[in-house]
Amino acid sequence: MTAEARISACPACVAAPAATSAAGTAAAGGDTLLLSLPEIHCAACISGVERALAAMPEVRSARVNLTLRRATIAAAPGTAAAALAERLTAQGWAAHELDPDTLAATQTDPVGRGLLMRLGVAGFAMMNVMLLSVAVWSGATDATRDLFHWISATIAIPTIAFSAQPFFRSAWGALRAARLNMDVPISLAILLAAGMSVYETAQSGAHAYFDAALSLTFFLLAGRYLDHRTRSLARSAAGELAALEVPRALKVAGGSEALTPVAELVPGDLVRVLPGGRVPVDGVIEEGTSEIDRSLLTGESLPVAAGPETRVSAGEVNLTGALAVRVTAAGEDSTLHRLADLVAVAETTRNRYTSLADRAARVYAPVVHLLALAAFAGWVWGSGDVRLSLNIAVATLIITCPCALGLAVPAVTTAASGRLFRRGLLIKSATALERLAEIDTVVFDKTGTLTEGRPQLAEPGGHDPADLALAAALGRGSSHPLAAALAAISTDAIPTQYRRDTDVENPREIPGCGVEATWRGRTVRLGRAGWVGAEPVEGTATYLSLGDRTVAFRFTDSLRHGAAEAVAALKAQGKSVILLSGDHPAAVADIAARVGIDAFEAGMLPDEKVNHVNRLKDAGRRVLMVGDGLNDTAALAAAHASISPASALEATRVVADVVLLGQSLAPIPEAVATARSATRRIVENFAIAALYNAVAIPVALAGFATPLAAALAMSTSSVSVTLNALRLR
Amino acid sequence: MEVLVFLIPISLFLGGLGLAAFFWTLKSKQYDDPEGDARRILMDDYDDAPPA
Repeated sequence: MTAEARISACPACVAAPAATSAAGTAAAGGDTLLLSLPEIHCAACISGVERALAAMPEVRSARVNLTLRRATIAAAPGTAAAALAERLTAQGWAAHELDPDTLAATQTDPVGRGLLMRLGVAGFAMMNVMLLSVAVWSGATDATRDLFHWISATIAIPTIAFSAQPFFRSAWGALRAARLNMDVPISLAILLAAGMSVYETAQSGAHAYFDAALSLTFFLLAGRYLDHRTRSLARSAAGELAALEVPRALKVAGGSEALTPVAELVPGDLVRVLPGGRVPVDGVIEEGTSEIDRSLLTGESLPVAAGPETRVSAGEVNLTGALAVRVTAAGEDSTLHRLADLVAVAETTRNRYTSLADRAARVYAPVVHLLALAAFAGWVWGSGDVRLSLNIAVATLIITCPCALGLAVPAVTTAASGRLFRRGLLIKSATALERLAEIDTVVFDKTGTLTEGRPQLAEPGGHDPADLALAAALGRGSSHPLAAALAAISTDAIPTQYRRDTDVENPREIPGCGVEATWRGRTVRLGRAGWVGAEPVEGTATYLSLGDRTVAFRFTDSLRHGAAEAVAALKAQGKSVILLSGDHPAAVADIAARVGIDAFEAGMLPDEKVNHVNRLKDAGRRVLMVGDGLNDTAALAAAHASISPASALEATRVVADVVLLGQSLAPIPEAVATARSATRRIVENFAIAALYNAVAIPVALAGFATPLAAALAMSTSSVSVTLNALRLR
Repeated sequence: MEVLVFLIPISLFLGGLGLAAFFWTLKSKQYDDPEGDARRILMDDYDDAPPA
C-alpha cells in the first residue's frame, strides 16, 4: 500500500516500466538499498529527502528513519546506491552508501522486540493482579479473597511462564555449568513465590505473593530491556560504521573491469586499485608505480614508494598511480581478517573480567539461599509447623530478591552510555565503563590518533608567495598527501595577484616521483628530492623545481583537534600519559612536545607495542590504549580498556571498547570521568539495595513479612536505584 | 458483591484490550523510529503507514 501511494505521488515511477512490473516483489526483497544520512535532524529533512529520492526514476519507494539517520530505499534492480547517494548529496542532503549485508545482522532486533513483548505482558498482568491485591490488602475475606487469589493465579501463572523465560533460561545455563549467577535467586524466588501462592490459595490461606512474583518479573525485565537497548544501540552504530566501507574491488578480467564484492575474489585474480583508493586485498603489484600510505598498518606517517613486485596488504591506501594487484589472499585470509583471530583471543581475556554485578551476585546468591534455608530450618525447629516455616522462607526469598540489584547496573550504564553518546563516544562493551573507571595510565598512538595523519606545511610564512602559489597549482594535480596539503594551503594564505598568474599547463603525475607541468614555457616539477634535483633536507618535505632553482617545503603532522587539551586533562586527573609510535624518533619527539607528553618511544613494531603494554600491566598499571592503526590492534586488545577513533580500520574498531565518533579527542578525559562516576553510582545502588535488605531481612525472618510489605520494599528500592542512576544524565 | 461478576471480567477485558493494542503497535513497527514519527506528525505530506 505504501508502494501505491509512492507511485501515484511520483509520476516518474509509473513511467518506469520496471516499477510497475516488479512493484509486487519490491517488498519481498528486490533491491533494497540503504543510505546513511548523518546530517538530517528535522521534519523538513525527512520530507525533503523522501521527495528527492521519490523523484529519482529508479526509486520505487523510500522511507527515512530519523532515529537511525538512515533511508531505506526500494529501487529497480541494478541500481547503484553510490549513485543515489551522490545525487542526494548534490541536492544538499549529505548521504553515504551503506552495505546492506553488513547491516543485516543489526538491522532487525528480534531479541529487543521479544523483551519488549514480555515486558508489556508482565506490566499488564502486574497491574491487574496489583488491583486485585489492593482489595485483599484492604480487607477482603473468605470466598471473596479466595476468588481474587484464584483470578490472580490464572493471570500470573501463564504470564510468569511467558515473561520470565529469559531468567529461567539464563539460570538453567548457569546451573548446568555448576555456577551461580544473579538469575538463579531470581528464578527461584519467582517460581517459589508462584508455587507457594498457588498452594496457599488452595488451602484458603491469607497470603498470596502473585503480585510480588509479577512485579519482580516486570522490574527485572525492565532492567534487562534497558541493558539490551543500550547495547543494541551501540551495536547498530558500530555496524553502521562498518557498513560505510563497502567491501568492493575493481576486478580486471578479460580486458574489462567490473566492481566485484571482495568476498568473491580468489587468489590469482587481478584487481585495479585507483589513486586514493584503499587496497582491498593482500597481493603483489603486477604493473604500475605509486606511493602507498601504510600509516594505518605501521604508524609511519610517510608514504613509501611501490612498484612491480612490491607486496601490498589490505587496508593500505594507494596515493598517486593506478596499480594492478595480483591477489594473494582475499577476504577471510587477508591480513585484515587474520587479525580477527587476535581479536578473538583478546575477547576471551576481556571476558575474564568480572563485572561489579557478577561480583555482587557471587556474594549475594549463596547468602540469600542460606538465609532462606536457615529461616525454614529455624522455624520448623521452633514451631514445628512446616507450612508456616515454608511461608516464611519464601517471604525471605522474595523480599531479598535482587530486584534493585537487577536494575542497579543497567539503569546506570544506560544513563552513562546515553550521556557519552551525546558527546560522541560509543560504548561498545558491557564492562567497558567499569574498566575505563579503573585506568591509571593512558597510552596514545601517534599517527591518526594524536595527529590527523595529514601533513601540514611547517612555515607557510617563510616561503615566497609566488613559489607557494606555483606549488599549490602543481599540488592540485595529485592526491599525494603532501601535494594535497600544499593545494589546501593555497586558497587562504596566498595573495590573489600570485594566484592569477600561476596557470600551469598540462600537469602530469609521474607515479612514485611527483607532478610535472609547463609554466611560462618552463618545465616545473614538484616531488621527491632526487627527481627534481634538490638537496634533501631533514624531516618530511617535498621539493619544487623551477628549472633554475629548487625550493624545499617542510611539513609537520597536524594535531588532531583537542589532542593537547585531552592530554592536559588526563594529566590533571593524575593519569600518566605515554606515547608509543612506529614513526621516526624526530617526528615522534616533535608531536610529544606539542601535546605535552614527556614519556614517548618511537620506531615501535606492533609486537613491541603489545610488549610495552604488557610490561605496564605486569607493573600493576591499568592501561587505557588509544589507537587507530592495525599496528595498534594487538595493543588495544591487550590493554585494560581501549578507545579508537571512527577513522580507524574496521578491525581496529572491533577490538576497541569505545569508539570516538567525532573528530576531537577532547571527550576522552570526560569519558574517563563519567565512567568513574558511573561506577560510583553502581556501588551506591548496591548500597541502597543492601540497606533495604538489611531492614527487610530481619522482618522477614521474624515472620512479620506480608505481601504488602514485600510489594512496598520492592517498588521503593527499584524506584530509588533508578532515580539515583538518572542523576548521571 | 454480586457486581464483581461483571466488574472483574470488564476490567480484565479492558486491560486485555490495552495489551492487544500494545501487541499491535509492536507488530506494526511503531517503535522503530520514535524520533522520526514524532516529527512526521507535523508534516503536510500524505503518509499512511510505516512500511510493512
